[in-house]
Amino acid sequence: MSSYLLSAVCFIPALAALIMALLLRGDDEAAQLNAKRFALVTTTVTFIISLGILVQFDAGNTGFQFVEEGEWLLGLKYKMGVDGISVLFVLLTTFIMPLTILASWGVTDRVKEYMIAFLLLETLMLGVFMALDLVLFYLFFEAGLIPMFLIIGIWGGKERIYASFKFFLYTLLGSVLMLVAMVAMFTDAGTTDIEVLLTHEFSYQSFSLLGIQIVGGMQTLMFLAFFASFAVKMPMWPVHTWLPDAHVQAPTAGSVVLAAILLKMGGYGFLRFSIPMFPVGSEIMTPLVLWMSAIAVVYTSLVALVQEDMKKLIAYSSVAHMGFVTMGIFATTQQGLDGAIFQMLSHGFISAALFLCVGVIYDRMHTRDINAYGGLVNRMPAYALVFMLFTMANVGLPGTSGFVGEFLTLMGTFPVNTWVTAVACSGVIFSAAYALWLYRRVVFGDLIKESLKTINDMSTREKVTFAPLIVMTILLGVYPSLVTDIIGPATAALKDHYDTALAAAEAATQMASN
Amino acid sequence: METIILFAPLIGAIICGFGWRIIGETAALWVSTGMLFLACLLSWIVFFSFDGVLQQIPVMRFIESGTLATDWAIRLDRLTAIMLIVVTTVSALVHLYSFGYMDHDAQWKEGESYKPRFFAYLSFFTFAMLALVTSDNLVQMFFGWEGVGVASYLLIGFYYRKPSANAAAIKAFVVNRAGDFGFALGIFALFFLVDSINMSDIFAAAPDLAHTQVSFLWGEWNAAELTALLLFIGAMGKSAQLLLHTWLPDAMEGPTPVSALIHAATMVTAGVFLVCRMSPLMEFAPQATAFITVVGAATAFFAATVGLVQTDIKRVIAYSTCSQLGYMFVAAGVGMYSAAMFHLFTHAFFKALLFLGAGSVIHAMHHEQDMMNYGNLRKKIPYTFWAMMIGTLAITGVGIPLTTIGFAGFLSKDAIIESAWAGGSGFGFWALVIAAAMTSFYSWRLIFLTFFGKERGDKHTHEHAHESPMTMLVPLGVLSLGAVFAGMIWYSNFFGHADQVGKFYGIPVAEAGVHADDSHGDDHAKADDHGDDHGEAKADDHGDDHAKADDHHYVFVGKPGEGGIYMGPDNHILDEAHAAPKWVKVSPFIAMVLGFALSYLFYIVNPELPKRLAENQRPLYLFLKNKWYFDEIYDVIFVRPAKQLGRALWKGGDGNVIDGFLNGVAMGIVPFFTRLAGKAQSGYIFTYAFWMVLGIAAFVTWMTIGGGAN
Repeated sequence: MSSYLLSAVCFIPALAALIMALLLRGDDEAAQLNAKRFALVTTTVTFIISLGILVQFDAGNTGFQFVEEGEWLLGLKYKMGVDGISVLFVLLTTFIMPLTILASWGVTDRVKEYMIAFLLLETLMLGVFMALDLVLFYLFFEAGLIPMFLIIGIWGGKERIYASFKFFLYTLLGSVLMLVAMVAMFTDAGTTDIEVLLTHEFSYQSFSLLGIQIVGGMQTLMFLAFFASFAVKMPMWPVHTWLPDAHVQAPTAGSVVLAAILLKMGGYGFLRFSIPMFPVGSEIMTPLVLWMSAIAVVYTSLVALVQEDMKKLIAYSSVAHMGFVTMGIFATTQQGLDGAIFQMLSHGFISAALFLCVGVIYDRMHTRDINAYGGLVNRMPAYALVFMLFTMANVGLPGTSGFVGEFLTLMGTFPVNTWVTAVACSGVIFSAAYALWLYRRVVFGDLIKESLKTINDMSTREKVTFAPLIVMTILLGVYPSLVTDIIGPATAALKDHYDTALAAAEAATQMASN
Repeated sequence: METIILFAPLIGAIICGFGWRIIGETAALWVSTGMLFLACLLSWIVFFSFDGVLQQIPVMRFIESGTLATDWAIRLDRLTAIMLIVVTTVSALVHLYSFGYMDHDAQWKEGESYKPRFFAYLSFFTFAMLALVTSDNLVQMFFGWEGVGVASYLLIGFYYRKPSANAAAIKAFVVNRAGDFGFALGIFALFFLVDSINMSDIFAAAPDLAHTQVSFLWGEWNAAELTALLLFIGAMGKSAQLLLHTWLPDAMEGPTPVSALIHAATMVTAGVFLVCRMSPLMEFAPQATAFITVVGAATAFFAATVGLVQTDIKRVIAYSTCSQLGYMFVAAGVGMYSAAMFHLFTHAFFKALLFLGAGSVIHAMHHEQDMMNYGNLRKKIPYTFWAMMIGTLAITGVGIPLTTIGFAGFLSKDAIIESAWAGGSGFGFWALVIAAAMTSFYSWRLIFLTFFGKERGDKHTHEHAHESPMTMLVPLGVLSLGAVFAGMIWYSNFFGHADQVGKFYGIPVAEAGVHADDSHGDDHAKADDHGDDHGEAKADDHGDDHAKADDHHYVFVGKPGEGGIYMGPDNHILDEAHAAPKWVKVSPFIAMVLGFALSYLFYIVNPELPKRLAENQRPLYLFLKNKWYFDEIYDVIFVRPAKQLGRALWKGGDGNVIDGFLNGVAMGIVPFFTRLAGKAQSGYIFTYAFWMVLGIAAFVTWMTIGGGAN
């Protein structure tokens, strides 16, 4: 059984979606409730089974574990496996999905299709983190766009068509280049097996193309191709503008998935492909990426300061937080890498919770306009408490998980570039400003607006949705070793691999020039 | 026992904050208060039984990554022991006081339960503050540092319906974050240089840092100077020093017990604590400490000038706090950390006393805070009056010159002023003496306006003025004892002869003859340069007389990290301060008398005088009244540009440039697609999804065929 654990976790949601599509009939209230319940049970069961991966996972082993290999249609390879870098993203995904279903309890439009979309999405996202074959990875990576595209385009807000196409085209255009690079990789290495590709040395001989000298040769080009895709996914400044639009138009649960999981694919891609497979290319581009990250932090924080739409504000704050991630990854120090993964996981909990916080009041008032609120604490004390906790986590308060990631990435970048560190670190001032200003305008103050006088505090369902996120945010903030024990050996191995490859490349270049 | 001290307030906060619906409001309040008194009792036991030997008590693992290994742990030395009693004593008394003060708060409607929340915040604050002072590494300290910041934010904004309270709360948090920015960079730099952020490792590496160059931003820096400076920027934020001070006066929006606990006695002194805690590093950073001296002295002077003209009773005391913190930094800056801690210790008592006394006045006057509406209250609230008198006698520094008999502030403030003189900081010395005169003036002004003269303001309020309940008077009494005796009792420990101070802090001392230069000579090569400044310049003037006069002359010979504070073998400030000429020692006393006399003239003899002066010197008056226009300047150079820039980046950067460019290139297709979708019915979306699936299928097929060909 354990050897098929990954496939089981990955495909249970898809299987459930299939069953739902075939067997569930009708669109009355009872059928809707059934669809919700069925989806909730499926995702919960998936989560419980996925805990088995965590329990059996051997953190000391830096190779891939639970590896499954086989062939599927037309001789394509099917290979799954997880290591210290990916295993926690798998867990994050299975953890978040039941919560998104819970958060969607109020959906009344095409419930069955909605649930099917989310279940399919879960399978595809899990596949991205598990796939050990290039083609398989690409399939999951691209196919994941479709359910998300549908979720925004069908269950979204007024501007949903524009937002869904913007989302789709941005991410798709990025991946076209990645596709080209993948074909090149396949041609060069003769295999699509990621485990093999990780040990393959791609050419880094400089050559000139159309009169331009390409330092780092193929590696640089491949790096750039992958970068185009992952940078859009992250999203990094300046290709981040699809995110605020997508978030604003997406339904609450869609925003949660987008922020908590889909945004992590870019960071995961950097760690899985860019850094280990194209070390020379990565090193050449590092200064650029570091600066893009630092600018992202300050730029988007400033933009967040002046937002009037709650979701937009949180979306911009997400971009800022992802800036810390890319900064940590490309610092390629132990603290930077650990911090980047930690930050991604932590952001998964915190941003999910913040979008849920918006969802709670959006469900009641049907507006995201900050000015429509004020003084909610008077009628919603429990909500005020939860929102305060996650506001503080968002600004990176020590004792919450938000702190550890920011702290480690900054600490890891300091030895590499103090300017970048200082610029990014100033983000802690801005984040405090926009987050507290948002909170003050929505929650504090006297309750004057007539429309809010009858607003009700959180229901039990909503409290249950938040509870796991609260626990994780504080637990990881107080005892971060829960995560660092698992990722530490893997990031150390990644860093070793990277340093060794660079040293070898340098030695080879010197030999050649002598 | 130390673990119980640390966690009792947290448990109290949790039970009180979340459990009050179950156990009842009154029980919840008593639980949190009881926990604090327990912590307080244990703290005093620890303080008296502490034998000078460092103890490190691990609690749990914290952040670990590569070579970075930190624990939640308690570092118990004399410095911690002092802070434990300061924090828990004031906090326990403030809890008790709040029973009375918060009893019928007019800010809340009938039936609203605000008290458990208030007590839970107070207890949570205490926990964070204890985590700060007991930390054994800089990350845990940063946790406490920001934790107290949040508690402060929540308590300043406690009256969440008041817009001014909310604004003040955000301001406090954000300005503090500006300081934390420096603090964090300091931590990163130290980790980069030392490969550890545990106190003991940093202290051991401090002498080497003095010889290390590090490149940071635009230049090459001396490692010790740079890290000391960055950490001090954090201290400036938390301790409201000049440039980062603007949040403290606004913080008075919080309930008065909060002002007493957080914004007078404990949190704002965290910066001073940080500098003293890092004394092994500071001793190797002569330029950074010189900067600390200048900032401290400038703050002491600046805040005192503003305090002269404020009419809100709490704001006067707030500026007074700001000013007194400047004193402490001057002491730390010249290398007399012990004097800084002494003033921190006594200040906690008399400033908490003054704030709680002010709270008692405000309580009596139905939340009227403008002193212009007070007057002649001494008969109506006699106990409060006497408590405030004791506090004022303590802060102005009343005592018998050239002896060690006097109120707490007399001993500790004079210790600082003498240290400033001995440290060779002329600016520091004169700024502090002048500030002492102003301190005396505004403190007596407060007393005269409040308790003497004619009744002003609303008659009805004056008629109903009443003495506060016992829960409020008992804390005043206890703190009064501290304000009177704390200085005399502990004078020799903090500012006695080197051997007494050394014994108190657990620093090894040696007879002056047996100089320790042989063993430490190498370590201090850099510090020697610094030491020589004092050593030669001063030794020529005074070295000779006091070497003879003092027949038991001791020097500190501890290594960095040995004992609660570190003073290098060349740090002779203590002896030189003791050997200061008589005019130096008497000068603060004279300043105090002058301030009192002027105040008496202005507010008792001729109450019309201040008004006339304000009219004659209108620009100066407005300048001071408006706090040197710091808020206005910051608004123009920071707040508004940030928002404008944000708007410009959003509309211009995101909207026009990025979307404009990318839409132009790629997104031009979107309208095409949307047109294709016709009226954009949801059904069409499925069509596109279908095409996507088809596209991916095509790719797979192509890959397969390609793969097969290979």
